[in-house]
Amino acid sequence: MIPNEILEKTKSFMAQFINVNVADDEDIFASGLVNSLFAMQLVLFIEKEFSIKVENEDLDYDNFRTLNAIVGFIERKI
Amino acid sequence: MEIELTPQQVQEQALFRAFVSEEIAPYADQYDQAECMPNEVIKKLAEIGYLGAIIPKEQGGQGMDAITFGLLCEEVGRASASLLSLLTVHGMVCQAIMKWGSASQKTNWLPKLATGETIGAFGLTEPNVGSDAKSVETAAVLSNNSYVLNGEKKWISFGQVANLFLIFAQCDGKPTAFLVERERTGFSTEPLKGLLGFRSAMIAKVFMNECRIPAENLLGRVGFGFSHVASTALDHGRYCVAWGCLGLGQACLNACLSYTSERKQFGSFLKGHQLIQQMIAEMITNLKAARLLCYHAGYLKDKGSPSLIMETSIAKYFTSRMVSKIADDAVQIHGANGCSSDYPVQRYLRDAKIMEIIEGSTQMQQIIIAKYGYQNLVLEKRKAKQKEKA
Repeated sequence: MIPNEILEKTKSFMAQFINVNVADDEDIFASGLVNSLFAMQLVLFIEKEFSIKVENEDLDYDNFRTLNAIVGFIERKI
Repeated sequence: MEIELTPQQVQEQALFRAFVSEEIAPYADQYDQAECMPNEVIKKLAEIGYLGAIIPKEQGGQGMDAITFGLLCEEVGRASASLLSLLTVHGMVCQAIMKWGSASQKTNWLPKLATGETIGAFGLTEPNVGSDAKSVETAAVLSNNSYVLNGEKKWISFGQVANLFLIFAQCDGKPTAFLVERERTGFSTEPLKGLLGFRSAMIAKVFMNECRIPAENLLGRVGFGFSHVASTALDHGRYCVAWGCLGLGQACLNACLSYTSERKQFGSFLKGHQLIQQMIAEMITNLKAARLLCYHAGYLKDKGSPSLIMETSIAKYFTSRMVSKIADDAVQIHGANGCSSDYPVQRYLRDAKIMEIIEGSTQMQQIIIAKYGYQNLVLEKRKAKQKEKA
């Protein structure tokens, strides 16, 4: 899967939870755009959509902070 | 689209029903009055493998699919909401370890949790912290490759007997999850008695006073205790509660069907009176609606769909409100008899109220569900705009 495809799928998923346009490098947690429910929904989305497992050692906000970070994380795990 | 149990699930359901009808239902009132769940009952549940229901077979569990597990919760909930809460909190600990445990935590704990050698309990709520769970006051400090915990937890189901507690504390000001064994120095529990419902759920206060645990007892990572570990566990908890409410509601309905068929007033059986029929019809219809929400949540859980979290919240919200109403009507139908310990409906009503409070109160679910509705509206508008542009 090419990075652009991952980015577009992730963007489309995020659009369900964030009502404003988010820059690819905007910190979605620091800006308060998402709640705690979103964190687990994001985990489930990543696992289901890209057939990867988010595990204990992946729990690092640097993996989930921005759209770019999420895409980078998925690329590394695929 | 098919909404139907598989033959295997039907078979499992019959086994659960037979076990519960024989081993739990006849004694549930007795346990409630004694405010105690005997160890033998927990042992029976363990021996038959139900404490390992959700744990994979390779780790000694039953590896049940979500619907089958839901059916188990329904049957146990039909007999005893207190015992259901053991499946709930024990399962919450199992689920949290299965998802966020390290390899050694999984190897060490899951086989013991599967056999019931270890009983898990969930330690989030505190004397000053309920719905605002992120603000727990229990503190954890890293010192010499150990964490030192200080704080108090309250309303901990099966806290009187559990030997492994999933404890949430602030570590460097961030919510963090820890596995704490009962035998740790500085750890103690105290029974809580005289509660409205869940009287035989062995509810306890938990105290940690300079309680030192090894650093490897950290579950997940510092700062991820609430957003990931507690969320995972609470999602499982809401799922159990939703199905348990189905069982409790069914017990109310069954009691009312029997009672109204046997008791006569004004020269005819109660079931012949239309105002009674109205309450019975409401019960049947609401139970059917609730069951569909539970099936849907289970279906999404088995698929691993991200929407399972919201749909489970909706199922828990609906079923817990529904069972409060059904239990209230059940007591009403039984009249003065319903207020006495000669009939179980008084227990059903007391337990039903608890269902609306645990694992996210009705009001917390309402906030989440309403927000979800507005998010969907924005999403639909966006889609419409994109369509226009195209």
